[in-house]
Amino acid sequence: MEGFMVNSLGRSLDGRELLASILVWSAAALVTATFCWLLWDILWHGLSQISWTFLTAPPRNAGREGGIGSIIVSTALILGVCLGVSLPIGIGTAVLLAEFTTEASLFGRFTRRSLDVLSGVPSIVFGLFGNAFFCKTLGLGFSILSGGLTLACMVLPILIRSTEEGFRTVPAEYRLSTAALGLSRSTTLFHLLLPAAVPGLLVGLVLGVGRAIAETAALIFTSGYVDRMPESLLDSGRALSVHIFDLSMNVPGGDAHAYASALVLVVLLLAINGIASWLAEYCLHRRIVTV
Amino acid sequence: MKPSVPASGIQPWCPLEERPACCEPTPFIEVERLSLHYGQKPAFHDVTISINKGCITALVGPSGCGKTSFLTSLNRLTDLIPGCRVSGSIRLDGLDLLDPNTDVIRLRRRVGMIFQKPNPFPLSIRKNLEFPLREHGLRDREQIAATVETVLRDVGLWDEVKDRLNSPALALSGGQQQRLCMARALALSPEALLMDEPCSALDPLSSGVVEDLIVGLRNRYTVLIVTHNLAQARRIADYAALFWVQNGAGQLIEAGTAKQVFTEPRDPLTAAYVSGMRG
Repeated sequence: MEGFMVNSLGRSLDGRELLASILVWSAAALVTATFCWLLWDILWHGLSQISWTFLTAPPRNAGREGGIGSIIVSTALILGVCLGVSLPIGIGTAVLLAEFTTEASLFGRFTRRSLDVLSGVPSIVFGLFGNAFFCKTLGLGFSILSGGLTLACMVLPILIRSTEEGFRTVPAEYRLSTAALGLSRSTTLFHLLLPAAVPGLLVGLVLGVGRAIAETAALIFTSGYVDRMPESLLDSGRALSVHIFDLSMNVPGGDAHAYASALVLVVLLLAINGIASWLAEYCLHRRIVTV
Repeated sequence: MKPSVPASGIQPWCPLEERPACCEPTPFIEVERLSLHYGQKPAFHDVTISINKGCITALVGPSGCGKTSFLTSLNRLTDLIPGCRVSGSIRLDGLDLLDPNTDVIRLRRRVGMIFQKPNPFPLSIRKNLEFPLREHGLRDREQIAATVETVLRDVGLWDEVKDRLNSPALALSGGQQQRLCMARALALSPEALLMDEPCSALDPLSSGVVEDLIVGLRNRYTVLIVTHNLAQARRIADYAALFWVQNGAGQLIEAGTAKQVFTEPRDPLTAAYVSGMRG
């Protein structure tokens, strides 16, 4: 008995704890190291190329020279269309799912299942769908509009599900107490539920925008790869990720600018992440003291 | 004036006998043959009772006998529960409450509710009171400020919070939060207040404060309170009603003045319950 105690509480347990610590720490170190290596590689090769001219000038000689001015504008426009469409639809659907249907209802279950399947669909499939539906059927052609709408379809599932989670984390008592005070459901929604769901919405937004801004496959088929400065939403426009893909795969000698464009993309992603988490923090703090 | 009764409450000198009859009983809420089902499952069945104006009526009985369901049917909060069916008749001061055309928003202004767990909104103390007032159409700033002060004084919270009205309501203690919720309900000047075990989530001291407050509401509001605390019911109620599960559904076993129910129960079940033998 005594030996067993010593064994289980003494050395052997220490050994197991040590092993577990090493495993956990090395897993974390591996993830961090991958990220750092990736960042370092991009910085090392790309930083020297970055200049004000690079960020604003149009690409020349298939992107080997010049800059990425028109590409940044196209990317921003595509992202703008994507968010402008997906945010209202996403919030509306999340409100419907979380507040006006029960979790067990047939409609809710069916919608949720569809969204979960959609969020797992490979982006190339979205690209082909966008090409068939937006470009051909709706006649929008290879355009920023087609690209943005296709991205909206991709982002919606993530956005809806995390916003819905945001709504579901609001305690049911709030809804009962507002009803008991004779307040309408819309008042409850706008003054209490929506502010409380903002952090969930922002999480969905970060994940969604992250997926959208890095998207290549879906955009090649929908917004095309014309690298001129777009003049309207119906013009074709090349997104940053498409530009990086083209430079590194199709343009011999385009590596340097591919690295620089990748650096811009990563910085954009980090900035969006930072702003969103700051906003989430801000909203959490703010909703405690004001209506 | 509440004599200090020990927590056990069952004393030979129980103040029930000395308590003056609350007033000439005038029915305010008249419930007839009311039944409530959640889907196929009955919560309570065939309840007929009159709630008198300006008095405190305590609903007692074991858990799961439909007391809370009964309470929520009186302000139609049951509308929010999917699959919940209410049948029978409820008249509030003559108004047919179960009529689909009844304005529930107005009804819920007339009948306020206090929940078991204090549930202030995650806003400042001031906003907790202002927000419902504004939404009900009160715009005048001075009038709003005056109402906020009045109701906070009514619940004895004014002196405790007057210097920090803009701090979060959730930073208050449990008892203060519950009193804030009472103030929030009172701000809409209801005629009746439904209370679902308002003291059970509070520590004994806060519970005492809230209880005194409820006693202070007598004559001004019609109070219907669900409580598991028999001693509390004896201390504060003018009328009492015992619910019990029979044949798989909650039933009203006995209702009458608190004095009659607690000292001369007619039903053997009531007698066993109030003496602590059952329940």
